[in-house]
Amino acid sequence: MTMTDNNQNHGQDMIRVESLMKSFTLHNQGGVTLPVLEDVSFTVAQGECVILAGQSGAGKSTLLRSLYANYLPQSGQVLIRHDGELVDLVSAAPHVVLDIRARTLGYVSQFLRVIPRVGTLDLVADSLLARGINEVAAREKAATLLSRLRIPESLWSLPPATFSGGEQQRVNIAMTLVQDYPVLLLDEPTASLDAENRQTVVDLINEARQNGSAIVGIFHDQAVREAVGTRTYELQPARSAA
Amino acid sequence: MMALRDNGPLLEVEGLTQKYGHQIGCEDVHFSLYPGEVLGIVGESGSGKSTLLRCASGLMQPTAGTVRFDTRVDGLQDIYALSEAERRMLMRTDWGIIFQNARDGLRMNVSAGANVGERLMAVGERHYGSIRDVSSEWLEKVEMDLGRMDDLPRTFSGGMQQRLQIARNLVTKPRLVFMDEPTSGLDVSVQARLLDLVRGLVRQLGIACIIVTHDLGVVRLLSDRLMVMRRGRVVEQGLTDQVLDDPQHAYTQLLVSSILPV
Repeated sequence: MTMTDNNQNHGQDMIRVESLMKSFTLHNQGGVTLPVLEDVSFTVAQGECVILAGQSGAGKSTLLRSLYANYLPQSGQVLIRHDGELVDLVSAAPHVVLDIRARTLGYVSQFLRVIPRVGTLDLVADSLLARGINEVAAREKAATLLSRLRIPESLWSLPPATFSGGEQQRVNIAMTLVQDYPVLLLDEPTASLDAENRQTVVDLINEARQNGSAIVGIFHDQAVREAVGTRTYELQPARSAA
Repeated sequence: MMALRDNGPLLEVEGLTQKYGHQIGCEDVHFSLYPGEVLGIVGESGSGKSTLLRCASGLMQPTAGTVRFDTRVDGLQDIYALSEAERRMLMRTDWGIIFQNARDGLRMNVSAGANVGERLMAVGERHYGSIRDVSSEWLEKVEMDLGRMDDLPRTFSGGMQQRLQIARNLVTKPRLVFMDEPTSGLDVSVQARLLDLVRGLVRQLGIACIIVTHDLGVVRLLSDRLMVMRRGRVVEQGLTDQVLDDPQHAYTQLLVSSILPV
């Protein structure tokens, strides 16, 4: 197995994907199998932001979800550096994956999915509280981030269910970026934002990267790609099912 | 504070099988639960999830297999090898069981306050004033009106009874709580409130939890891990979001695709 060396060596490899294969078998639709990822290998170092590129259906979201262990690959490895050691998410026990997600690996999905009835500030502070950070500090950090993302203070006590699409997306971003995750996965975090908020999110991503996070993201907006990306990884569509 | 995850498992279930005559209740179930983890068990009625819960929680001795719990003093112990008295003590102190039907978990003919206080007395608390203080503190935590403390649970609504059951179970600060369909039979707004409450308490106290339900929405919100049962067997298990978003087994795929969109 060959590992491509990183030319712009910013630091340690944080993500190492090796020979990843992912297909979907639809048991209730005649058992048809759809191959999506075939032999995907790449590495991401500290301080890098790798943009996943490829046409629609090439498997960008599938790859990103596999990097979070949200999807289960058939073979290959997804190694994430956690407490200094590379740990394979594909074969790790669930409680290990949960610990990696709590402390190392953050993911911003396209859609906000939260407990009903919980206020926005509490949602954003939640992951900090879960890690044992005291309530005052957690809420202060959450408040700072929400202000920066221009969520009006009058909305902080309300659950985000009734917010606009753009506001929900910003709450979603805040819920992840409130932590300083060493590895960040971003699935179209700027899709429904206006120019001003898009710029704020670009700034936040760049700050995370400059602070040493390793980032992998899907961005459809060319300007955003250029503003945050340090490198592109091009996915080829898998050959059709045999 | 958050429970540390790198300790050993809190509960270890191996080869658990329960037969009712020729009928299989559950068969060859294996899992480990770590401190602070929430495990959801889903499956249709008759899939064996309640049987599994009863066996794992000390209520029914399985036909085969072991259930080991990390006791405070002696480490991992087979709960069915303990004496009846030791097992009862464990269930009163380190475990909580929240039943689908509050009548199974509450004493309906004593007051709400006494329902909570009783469990404190079972672990040796004798001072009336402090029992009452701690009880009312817990009733407040589960958002009960303290004016109802001296009322009988049978005068309460279903949602209030469930909250009282939670207070009664959590007052002894257990390390593991079993819940059997805790929100079914409640209307949706009450369900959401209860889920939020359970989640907050589990988080604050670092309690591990096993929740049996047929509601995939409940496990999505509450559980870290998920087991899918069918005909007494575990057909799939893994991280909750992985099992729901990328189900591998035909039955899980059917289950997930059968959710009605709202």
